[in-house]
Amino acid sequence: MEVTKVTNATRIFKIGEVETKALRGVNLSIDDGEFTALVGPSGSGKTTLLQLIGLLDKPTTGMVTINGKDATHLNRNQRAELRKNAIGFVFQFFALIPTLTAYENVEMPLLLNGTKPAERKKRVNEMLEAVGLSDRAHHRPDQLSGGQQQRVAVARALATNPKLILADEPTANLDTENGKQVMDIMQRLNKETGVTFVFATHDPRVISYADRVVTLQDGLITKDTKANGKS
Amino acid sequence: MFQAFKLAYRNVGRNKTRSLLSALAVGIGMALLLLMVSVLEGEMTGALQNTIRLQSGHLQIRPASYEEGKISLKWEDLIANPEQVAEQVKTLPQVTVATPRLIASTILTVGNESKSAQILGIDPESAANQPFREGMIAGEFIKADDREGILIGNVLADKLALKVDAKVNLLVTTSDGDVNEQLFTVRGIFTTRTPGYDENTIFMPLAKVQAITTTENHASTIFVMLQNDQDADAVAQALQSNNYQILTWRDQNVFITQFEDYANAFFIILYLIVLGITATVVTNTLVMAVFERTREIGILAAIGMKSRGIMAQFLAEAALLATGGVIGGLIIGGALVAYFTVYGIYIGDYGVTGVLFEDHIYAHLTLQNTINLAIVTYIITLIASLYPARLAARLEPVEALHGSGV
Repeated sequence: MEVTKVTNATRIFKIGEVETKALRGVNLSIDDGEFTALVGPSGSGKTTLLQLIGLLDKPTTGMVTINGKDATHLNRNQRAELRKNAIGFVFQFFALIPTLTAYENVEMPLLLNGTKPAERKKRVNEMLEAVGLSDRAHHRPDQLSGGQQQRVAVARALATNPKLILADEPTANLDTENGKQVMDIMQRLNKETGVTFVFATHDPRVISYADRVVTLQDGLITKDTKANGKS
Repeated sequence: MFQAFKLAYRNVGRNKTRSLLSALAVGIGMALLLLMVSVLEGEMTGALQNTIRLQSGHLQIRPASYEEGKISLKWEDLIANPEQVAEQVKTLPQVTVATPRLIASTILTVGNESKSAQILGIDPESAANQPFREGMIAGEFIKADDREGILIGNVLADKLALKVDAKVNLLVTTSDGDVNEQLFTVRGIFTTRTPGYDENTIFMPLAKVQAITTTENHASTIFVMLQNDQDADAVAQALQSNNYQILTWRDQNVFITQFEDYANAFFIILYLIVLGITATVVTNTLVMAVFERTREIGILAAIGMKSRGIMAQFLAEAALLATGGVIGGLIIGGALVAYFTVYGIYIGDYGVTGVLFEDHIYAHLTLQNTINLAIVTYIITLIASLYPARLAARLEPVEALHGSGV
């Protein structure tokens, strides 16, 4: 089943009189359970495409659907509501709230969607265990390594049990060992829970984890390859 | 809501110095307001109570033809058999004191120095004279049968360099328009701590003033004090007569009430200035917080926090700053008000016609004023946070995540 679909999407940024076409008419469909890498050089449009899929931004033209529902014309609060329940995010810069502990960071999306306290506690502990950080639950981000912070971010992204996780350069700020740990965890969770992962990267080691690789260049998809070699 | 405050509490603690200074600004603003309100209240309440105690009483009974300020000694402008009238008034249960007073103008002469003043003929035994008895600073209080003794205010005594037992010549106009003159002895010097009163008042036994002014068994007014000032209208109603005008303390002190209204209006402008400065500090603090935490706001938006949730976050921070500020304001303001309640602020000889200001203003803070100011300070602080809160709530997640968009 289709988790998200982007149809003829363009995204044009205007800075003063200068127009930059980040996406020039992209069509992409991601099915349930896929582990997809968006690859391409800097400025190819992979982050912009990820932001459109994540409803953090709107296409200039075209359409974006999430779980079959057209999300193109939703207002900011409706998009927030959909993000809260359907999409998890992992960002390049770890993106944890610095004043909250690892436990509280993972708990935050559950608080936002009104999960009951007992269930919340159970879910947060499960997620922290899944990323191997149960013993760091009450540490704040500045007491955690970069790899540990990114694992907390993965746990937070999965907390509400969304169907889709979007990760923008999830290993860009990590050393090889930590980057591998994060990718191993994401792949394991993909296999175990069936959650769909779409990540933007240009790291060949990360790309090797993907079972589908979508290549972008100059705002267009130039190649779409599945692990079995089919395009 | 609890989570919003929990996060707000931690955010406030991130930059302790800045948060402390912001709360301190709120606290100092509130402390200033408490002091201003209490001083104004103290000044107005003090002036009114002082005027009632020394000059107007709760009620005065005067002849129908009596004109304030004219100080007429014509018999038709005076009350005949004033003791009898006073005794009748005393039968009312709300009345604590009713005593006749005769008011006359005089010119004092000591050597080459002369000064005009007002003679008040009093019943020395009356409880209405308690403020003057308590204010004796030299000599002794006059007695009813004293025919040569007077009491004078300390300011007048200082100006004429008079001491106890000093001789002073008084020139008075009689009821039929003649002039009478007699040498008197200063029996005592009093102070009411009201320079305007103490410079202009001489006390003499009522019988002696009647004798020297040839007003024989007449008085200008019956000075009445009540158990409760709120009973004045009811007692005035009970005493209504065609022969007399009954003036309550409100009737006699309209100027004070109007002056208080005017002062209140003026002070509201000052309150707004103080609160405006406080609000600016709070707005500035929170705008800086929005700038510093743009990316965090983007993260919260990305994981599904709606605009109102982000707004609530900043309002919660403002509420915490306001709470700290109000508590600080109560402590700082409470200490200032306590000091000025005991020691007062010296204003010296500050006079407004018709109002008797003491030489000190004592702060007087009511619970109602304290609660009102705490609430107003709290609300203004929250209003001041609306702009930064909206600024944060309107950030586009995609821009905020890149630390821009503000």
